[in-house]
Amino acid sequence: MILRAAVVLAALLTCAAAPPPGASSCSGCHGGVAPLPVLAGRNPADVVAALDAFRAGTKPATVMDRIAKGFTHDETVAIAAWVVVQR
Amino acid sequence: MTRRNLLTTATALLATPSLARAQAAPRVVVIGGGFGGATAARFVHRADPRIEVTLVEANADFTACPFSNEVIAGFRDIAAQRFTYRAIAADGVRLVNAEATAVDPAARRVTLGDGTLLAYDRLILSPGIDIVWGGLPGYDEAAADRMPHAWKAGAQTLLLRRQLEAMPDGGVVVISAPANPYRCPPGPYERASLIAAWLKANRPRSKLLLLDAKDVFSKQKLFQAAWAQLYPGLLEWVSLSDGGKVTRVDPASNSFETDFGSHKADVGNVIPPQRAGRIAALAGVADRTGWCPIDPVTFESKLRPNIHVVGDAAIAGAMPKSAFAANAQAKVCADAVALLLAGSAPAEPRLINTCYSLVAPGYGISVAGVYRPLNGLLTDIDGAGGTSPLNATAAQRTQEAEYADAWFKTITHEVFG
Repeated sequence: MILRAAVVLAALLTCAAAPPPGASSCSGCHGGVAPLPVLAGRNPADVVAALDAFRAGTKPATVMDRIAKGFTHDETVAIAAWVVVQR
Repeated sequence: MTRRNLLTTATALLATPSLARAQAAPRVVVIGGGFGGATAARFVHRADPRIEVTLVEANADFTACPFSNEVIAGFRDIAAQRFTYRAIAADGVRLVNAEATAVDPAARRVTLGDGTLLAYDRLILSPGIDIVWGGLPGYDEAAADRMPHAWKAGAQTLLLRRQLEAMPDGGVVVISAPANPYRCPPGPYERASLIAAWLKANRPRSKLLLLDAKDVFSKQKLFQAAWAQLYPGLLEWVSLSDGGKVTRVDPASNSFETDFGSHKADVGNVIPPQRAGRIAALAGVADRTGWCPIDPVTFESKLRPNIHVVGDAAIAGAMPKSAFAANAQAKVCADAVALLLAGSAPAEPRLINTCYSLVAPGYGISVAGVYRPLNGLLTDIDGAGGTSPLNATAAQRTQEAEYADAWFKTITHEVFG
């Protein structure tokens, strides 16, 4: 019983910890070298708003408009929540 | 709580049966210290510091390919391409400076050049590419001393640079580009562009001939528009249909033969056919194409269990063979390996690629893609990705060149810094 609870807890923790789909790619560009924006420490709502605007074509972009279209709003919310807490 | 702590806690709680019985930390061996392998080693360790990670790399340091075309064209020092493994070792990854000469998938053991055996629970191969010597008739290892490929950065990069510097004005540079697939799909066209930029400024009566085994290539419209604007009469691209396919090279006369004739070069650069780095075939994970079929969720080989392949060596479907892709794949693979060792199943990933090319210093273009597993392959997500707009402003081209530079600094810091 205890073992079973531990396994369930571990599975939950593992799910919570793993990056949401697509999120681990972001640090290839966004790691703190200007002029590429840093994501760590930002308000996740701002990151979501930027990605939504890139997807809608309402925010000027070079490449992020093309990338944002690969994700839904909900997927973007999950990615934003993860990237802002990475070191 | 950081992700690292969560994963560690989860792993410790799970105490996977086989590993718990053995009372030993799980062992991951990574072969190849380029963008894929160095990333994988670092991120397996980060995902679960309990895992003993060993990175096997034959070279003492790393010379990066992205931006090496700028070195060839004299716009950049090769020192800017060089990176060490010191920070990775300081993380707690065990670094082994040796060549891996064999893999025994049944015994889960890697053999090193001096006979040392390394046992693994999971093996990650990121061996990059090997040149298929003789794949283009006349092009063997000795020929590369006369007609450099410069498709692995380092001595070959500098050799091609020296040849260009020694060429008198009015000379002819010939580059041959291979059929797909090969490392860095837009690379031959960026190289031709940057060499043309150098010729225009320094050897203005010279010509550059780009002989191609293809009719279509990456970022084609953007390159061709830039060539018409910047290098008219200097850079000539000859497509497959127009007789551009090189069928033989002759290093003695520095010439390229096609079905329609022979082109003698003052500087000849052969970008030859390629396959996965040698250890892939030795491990039994390369198929008849010379490349490695993988599961698109875990990057585990479809041919051998417990061996994962990332980077240029992998058959990654729509994902190109780029440093960005290798890094993105390695992070997904590292998380998958840590989860598998903890007895969990990784979720379906999504991956991004962004790839910049320079058509002149300060003039950048890009291609991007977003990918997900579909029918066993990494597949483009419809409506996402694509190239920079054809009608972009000069300011946007400058901005993309600045982003390219920042990307290189960022990714090399993530991998080696």
